[in-house]
Amino acid sequence: MPKRTDISSVLVIGSGPIVIGQACEFDYSGTQACRVLREEGIRVVLVNSNPATIMTDPEFADATYVEPITPEFVEKVIAKERPDALLPTLGGQTALNAAIALDKAGILEKYGVELIGASVEAIEKGENRETFKRIVESLPKEWGAEVARSVICHTMDECLAGVDELGGYPVVVRPSFTMGGSGSGLAFDEDDLHRIAGSGLALSPTTEVLLEESILGWKEYELEVMRDTADNVVIVCSIENFDPVGVHTGDSITVAPAMTLTDVEYQRLRDISLGVIREVGVDTGGCNIQFAVDPETGRIVVIEMNPRVSRSSALASKATGFPIAKIAAKVAIGYTLDEIPNDITRETPASFEPTLDYVVVKVPRFAFEKFPAADSTLTTHMKSVGEAMAIGRNFTEALQKALRSLERPGAEFDWSKDWVDLDKDALIEDVRRPYDGRLKAVMDALRAGATAEEIFEATRIDPWFVDQLALINEVATDLIAAPELTPALLRRAKRHGFSDAQLGRIRGMSADVVRGVRHALGVRPVYKTVDTCAAEFAAKTPYHYSSYDEETEVEPREKPAVIVLGSGPNRIGQGIEFDYSCVHAVQALSAAPNEWGGYETVMVNCNPETVSTDYDTADRLYFEPLTLEDVLEVVHAEQQAGPLAGVIVQLGGQTPLGLAAGLEAAGVPIVGTQPSAIDLAEERGAFGQVLEGAGLAAPRSGMATTFEHAKHIAEEIGYPVLVRPSYVLGGRGMEIVYDEQTLGDYISRATEITPERPVLVDKFLDDAIEIDVDALYDGTELFLGGVMEHIEEAGVHSGDSACALPPITLGDLEIDRIRAATEAIASGVGVRGLVNIQFALSSDILYVIEANPRASRTVPFVSKATATPLAKAAARIMLGESIAELREEGLLPAEGDGGRLPDDAPIAVKEAVMPFNRFRTYEGTYVDTLLGPEMRSTGEVMGFDTTFGTAFAKSQAGAQNGLPTSGKVFVSVANRDKRHMVFPIKRLADLGFEILATSGTAVVLARNGVQATVIRKLHEDPIPGREPSTIVDRIREQDVELIVNTPHGISAGSNARLDGYEIRTAAVAEGIPCITTVQGLAAAVQGIEALREQRVEVRSLQEWAELSRTDA
Amino acid sequence: MTESTPAVLVLEDGRVFRGESYGATGTTIAEVVFATGMTGYQETLTDPSYRGQIVVMTAPHIGNTGVNDEDFESRRVWVDGYVVRDPARIRSSWRANGTLDDLLAEQGVVGISAVDTRALTRHLRERGTMRAAISTDPAHTGADTSSLLALVTEAPSMEGSNFLADVTTPEPYVVPAVGERRFTVAAIDLGIKGMTPRRMAERGIEVHVLPATSSIDDVLAVEPDGVFMSNGPGDPATADHVVGVLREVLERRIPYFGICLGNQMLGRALGRGTYKLRYGHRGINQPVQDRTTGKVEITSQNHGFAVDAPLEGTFETPFGDARVTHVGLNDDVVEGIALVDGPAFSVQYHPEAAAGPHDAAYLFDRFVQLMDESAAPHPSDEKASA
Repeated sequence: MPKRTDISSVLVIGSGPIVIGQACEFDYSGTQACRVLREEGIRVVLVNSNPATIMTDPEFADATYVEPITPEFVEKVIAKERPDALLPTLGGQTALNAAIALDKAGILEKYGVELIGASVEAIEKGENRETFKRIVESLPKEWGAEVARSVICHTMDECLAGVDELGGYPVVVRPSFTMGGSGSGLAFDEDDLHRIAGSGLALSPTTEVLLEESILGWKEYELEVMRDTADNVVIVCSIENFDPVGVHTGDSITVAPAMTLTDVEYQRLRDISLGVIREVGVDTGGCNIQFAVDPETGRIVVIEMNPRVSRSSALASKATGFPIAKIAAKVAIGYTLDEIPNDITRETPASFEPTLDYVVVKVPRFAFEKFPAADSTLTTHMKSVGEAMAIGRNFTEALQKALRSLERPGAEFDWSKDWVDLDKDALIEDVRRPYDGRLKAVMDALRAGATAEEIFEATRIDPWFVDQLALINEVATDLIAAPELTPALLRRAKRHGFSDAQLGRIRGMSADVVRGVRHALGVRPVYKTVDTCAAEFAAKTPYHYSSYDEETEVEPREKPAVIVLGSGPNRIGQGIEFDYSCVHAVQALSAAPNEWGGYETVMVNCNPETVSTDYDTADRLYFEPLTLEDVLEVVHAEQQAGPLAGVIVQLGGQTPLGLAAGLEAAGVPIVGTQPSAIDLAEERGAFGQVLEGAGLAAPRSGMATTFEHAKHIAEEIGYPVLVRPSYVLGGRGMEIVYDEQTLGDYISRATEITPERPVLVDKFLDDAIEIDVDALYDGTELFLGGVMEHIEEAGVHSGDSACALPPITLGDLEIDRIRAATEAIASGVGVRGLVNIQFALSSDILYVIEANPRASRTVPFVSKATATPLAKAAARIMLGESIAELREEGLLPAEGDGGRLPDDAPIAVKEAVMPFNRFRTYEGTYVDTLLGPEMRSTGEVMGFDTTFGTAFAKSQAGAQNGLPTSGKVFVSVANRDKRHMVFPIKRLADLGFEILATSGTAVVLARNGVQATVIRKLHEDPIPGREPSTIVDRIREQDVELIVNTPHGISAGSNARLDGYEIRTAAVAEGIPCITTVQGLAAAVQGIEALREQRVEVRSLQEWAELSRTDA
Repeated sequence: MTESTPAVLVLEDGRVFRGESYGATGTTIAEVVFATGMTGYQETLTDPSYRGQIVVMTAPHIGNTGVNDEDFESRRVWVDGYVVRDPARIRSSWRANGTLDDLLAEQGVVGISAVDTRALTRHLRERGTMRAAISTDPAHTGADTSSLLALVTEAPSMEGSNFLADVTTPEPYVVPAVGERRFTVAAIDLGIKGMTPRRMAERGIEVHVLPATSSIDDVLAVEPDGVFMSNGPGDPATADHVVGVLREVLERRIPYFGICLGNQMLGRALGRGTYKLRYGHRGINQPVQDRTTGKVEITSQNHGFAVDAPLEGTFETPFGDARVTHVGLNDDVVEGIALVDGPAFSVQYHPEAAAGPHDAAYLFDRFVQLMDESAAPHPSDEKASA
C-alpha cells in the first residue's frame, strides 16, 4: 500500500524538557520522523518546548513551535496551522497524553485532525490496565500469556481490601497514566501501601492505581514490535534485563538480544507480542511489550505495553540498526514494511527481523550524589538520569565496555582490593538489595568465593549472567597470578573487555605502559559493523563497534576526516545540549564548501538516546566508550583509512575535554582551542594572570589546606563565601556559607581537607546579577553569540537558574563591558571556537566567575533564540575558517551579533526542569527542592515571545507547573527577603489573589497594606480562633495555587528550616508551583500579568525569522 | 588458565581460521554454511537438512540454554561440523537436562570455537558456500595446513550429493491425529523434522511417515487424503525417484503439500530446474511475501538450492498452469509454487518453524482446506447433512 494521498500536513508533538524517564531518545525519534515526513513532501508542524533539540532546528519542520506542550498551547497551534493529522507516538508519554487531552476536549474533532499512528482507543486499551488484562487473557491459551493477578483501586480503602484479595504483601502499586512508572513502587506492609498508593492516586490523572501480585525476581524481557497498515508485524529486537523484575527497566542493565531463552520460549513471547499489538489495535508503528518469565517454571506474565515509540525503541534502534521511529513515521502515512527499504543493506526490505552477531549491553547512569538524602534502592520507579550502551562480540566485552562508557570513577570492575579482605556473607547480604553499584558487589562476592547458586539465590540474576561475571573474574585471577603479561593472556583479557587501565591496575603499571606493550605486540581491536542481518547482506552504512577479533571492516577513504567526540551518557550537567552541538558540527563539516566537497565526519559516542548516534547523522559512526584508550584506537583506525584533519573535543562537554591532553600527548591533532589553552582556563593561577593582564576582576578567593587556613581566608575576603572541594568539577559539593560556624560545619560534614585535597574559598557575591555569555572567537574577531541574564541571583547554579536573552535589565554600556571582557579572555586564553564565560555584576563591578573554552549547555538555547548556528560556526572556525568568511558565506549574520539584538527582538526565557519528584528519602518523603550552587536540573524549556512576562509565563507552562491567573498565594519568606517580597505580593493582591502567609510574613505585609490570612506553620501550635489546618495540610488539599517560600538561613533555627522543607516537598508532591527566590517571584508576577492581560499567542520560529527579516 | 585444545578450520579456497576445539575432537570435512538464527540451536543441529554441512552460527553465544528432551527435531544431531564464537560454560534453563558441548561430544560432532564467525560469514557471503574442514588433529593444527586443504579439495562437493538414504526413516511409522482423525496423509520423509507431523496432527491429520524410497504403490497403500514431502539435505537434482513418485501423485490429483526439498520436488515434477544459491538462506528472519494476499510473513529458512521459475505470470506444466505463490523479499528467490487449477502447492521455507516464527503456520490449514475441497463428501459430512 503506497503513501496516503489524503494527508498533506502532519502535526508532530515532541516530548518537551528532558526529565528522568524521558530524555533525548525522543529528540532522536522525533527528528527521524520529521525528516521522513518532509522527504515525503508532507508539511510538518512541530511543537516542542525544548530548545536543545535537533528536531526544533528550523530546517526539520515547516513550522516549528517552541511552545509549551499543553492542550491550550497545542490547540492554538492547531487552530493556526490546521494540520490534517496528528502523530503523537514519537514524543513519549508527554505527546501521547497531550493527544489524548486534545481528543477528550473535542479539539481534534473540531479542527478535523486525524490521529495517526495510534488511535485514542488503542492508546487507552494499551494503557488501561483492566482492558489490557482482558486483551492478554483473550489470547490463545496455548501461548500461556497471563497477567499478574491484580485489582484496580480508586481509594485507599479499596487498596487495603485489594491486598487481602491478592493474598497479602508484598504488592506492586502502579498508578495509571503516568510516565516512566512515576509513582509506582513495591509495598511490603501497610505503611508502604499508604505512602505509595496514596501518592499514586494523586499522581494518576484518573485517580486510579493498580495493585498486583509480586513477580519480583522473575526474568524480565522486552520485545520491540512494528506493525503496518497491512497487518505485517515484525519483532525488531528482544531485550533481556540483567536485573530481574523489581528494578525499572530504565534502571536495569539490559542486554540485546535475549540471552537465556530457547527458541520455543522466544517464539511464545513473539506470538504473544503479535497477538497483543493486533488486539490493542496499534494500527501502525512501534510499540514495546514487557514480559516476566518465572525462572523455575517458565510461566509468562505480560507486564505492560507502550503503544508508542519509547526509550527502549531508541535502544533497540541503535542495537540493531533498524530505525524504529523512521519506519514508524513511514508506516503512519500508509507505507507497508515491504515497500520501505532497509537503509543499511539498501537492497533488502524493512519487513524482516534484525538478527545480531554481537551483544549489546546498556547500563544506567545515576545521580544519587546530587541527592544525598535520596534512597538509592532501585525499584519500579525510574531514577537513572542517563545510560551508556556498548557493543561487543560477546557479553563480557560488551559489559566491560559499557561500564567504562559510564565515565564514573569506580564503575569498572576492580581487583585491587585483596580478596582476603572481602567478607562473602556480608556481600551476599548486601547484593539482595538492588542499588547502583550492586554489580561490583556481586563481582566481589564471587571473588570472595560465593557460588553462582548463592548469587542467584540472593539476586535472582540469571545463572548464565552470573557465570559470565565469574568468567571475567577468572580472567582477572589469571592476570593477577601470571608471572608476566603474555600475548596470549593479553589477548584473552581484551576479548573479555578488559581496558588498558584495568589491566594496569591489576598488573601494577600505568594504562599508558599497557597500551605501549599492547601496541608492540600488535594487539589492537578491529571494527565490525552493525548491519541488521549478521553479515548475510553487505552493509552500506559504516556503523562500527570495536572488538578484539580478527577482521576489520573500516573502508579506506579519500576525504580528510574530522572526528567529533560526543558527550557520553546523559548526566545532570551534561546532556542533550552537548549532543546538539556535536550534531551541528557534523552537519556543518559534512557540508563545508571545501575542495573535497566537505569533510568525512566521524562521530564517536556511547549514548544510545542521542541523535549523534543515529547512523544517519555522521558519515561514519563509532559506537564506542569515550575513554582515551577507545578514542585512540578509533583515531588509529581512521588514520589507517585515510587522511585525518583532526579531532574536535570542545563540543561534547567535559568528557572529550578531559581527553584532550592525553590525545595531544599521543600525537593526535586537536582542532580548535588547543589543550594548553584549555588547561590555562582551568588552572586558577594562570587564568588569574590572564584576567589581571586584561584588567578584569574576579571574586577574591583562596585555597585552604586546613580549617584554620580556610577560616583565615574567609575572614580576609569576608563572608559570605562559596566553598568547594578543589578536586571535583561541576559544582559538586559546593556550598555558600555565611559565618564561621557553618564553615566549620561544612568542612567537617561535606569534605575532607588536607594539603592534597585543599578546599577553595571564594567570595560569594550576594545580590549580584549573574550573566552567562557564549561567544565565538577565531583569533582575531569575536562574535558574541548571546548574553543571558539570570533571573535567580548568583549562588544558584547557572544550569538551574532561569535566564533571559536578550538580557532584560542590562544596558548597552554593560553589554559593551561584557563584550570587551569576553574578547580579552578569548584572546588571552587562545580560544579557537566557542567560549562560555560566567560573569557577575555586583555594585557595578563586572566580576569574571569562570571561563570554559568549550561549547556550553546554553549553546542550543542561544542558537535557537538568535537563529544563529553557533556550534556549526564553531566547527568551521576550528577547521581554520574565519568569522569574516562565515559572515560572507551567510552561516553567520553579515553584520552585528547576538550581543546587539534589535530593541524589538523577541525575548527568550530558559527555565530549568528539576527532578525532585523522582527522589524519595529513606523515610519516604521527597527530597528538598531548594536551588543551590550544585546543579540538579535535568532539562530545560524555552519560552519565546515579544515581552519578558509572556515569555516567562510560557517557560513556566512548559517547564512543569504553569502559573495561576487567580486563586490563593501562600507566602513565607526569610527575613532577608521580606523587603523584596512586598511589592510583588502587593501586586498579586491587587490582581485579586487571596494572600495566605505565615505570621511573620503576614505582619510585614499588613504594615505595607496587604491583608493576608495567617496560616499555621507545621511546627506551630494551633492558634485559638484561627483555623486549625497547617499550610502543609492546605497544600495537600490542593487549596493553594502558588507557593512562595524562600529558604531561611541557618540562624533561623531548625524548625523554620524544617517548615520550609515540608512546604516545598508537599508542593512537589502535589504539583503546585513553588517559587524559592524573590527574583523568581518578580518574574512570576510579570508572567501572571501577561497571562491575565493579553491573549498569549503562538508563533513559529520560521515566522519569527520572517519578522526579523522584514524589520531589517 | 585452563589450556584449550587448538582447532583449525580450513576453507577450500585456502583461508584458515584458528580457534579452540568444541564438542568432539577429530577431523570433519563438509560444505560450510552459515545460519543467522539467534535462538534455536538445538532444533538447527537436529534438523536433517543440515546433513553434509558444517554450520557456522552467526550468533556469538551458543549453548546458553543447554539442551532438553523436547526440542529435538529428529533422533540425532545431523550437522557434520559446528563453528561458534563463544560457547556457553554452563546451561541456564528450567527445561535443560544437558549441556550442548556434552551432546556434541557424545554424538561425535567436531566443532571449533573462538573463531571470528563474522569474518567467516562475510567470506562465505562474498565467495559462496564451499567445502571446508575442521580438525583438532595435531597433524593439522600446526602452521602447515596444506595437507588438510588437500583433503578438503579432494572431498565431494554439495552439487550432485544425495543424503536421503542417511536421513530418511528406515521403516514407515504413524503419527496419530490429535483428537478426531479427519484426514490421512502420506508424508515422504526426505529428512523430516519432528514438528512437521506434529503441526499436521494438531489439525486432525493422521500422518503416515514413509521412507524416501517409497513407491507410488506404497503411498497409495495408506489411502491418503493428501501427500506431503518434507525438507531434506543434498542436491534436489539427484532425487529422481522422489520426483517420479510425485508425478504419479499429481497425475492422480491427490492433494499435495511440500516443504523445502518438497518444494524443489514439486518444481522438478512440474518440469522446472533447480539451482544452487551462492550462500543460501539459513535463518529465522527471512521475509516472504504471499503473492495472493500481499502479506509478508517472517519465515524460518534453510535451503541452499532454489526452484527456477518465472516470478510473474504462470508457467505451463504437464499438470496444467502453475505459478509462483511466494517470493523471498530479500533477493526475489522463489519461495513457493502452486498449480493454478490443481491441488498441489509447496513452499521453500519452513511453516513448521522449530526454530523460527509461527507466521506461516496457516499453510497447514491451507493443506487441510485443499484436502477438504478435494475429498469426496466425507462420511461425517454426510452424517451432518442428514
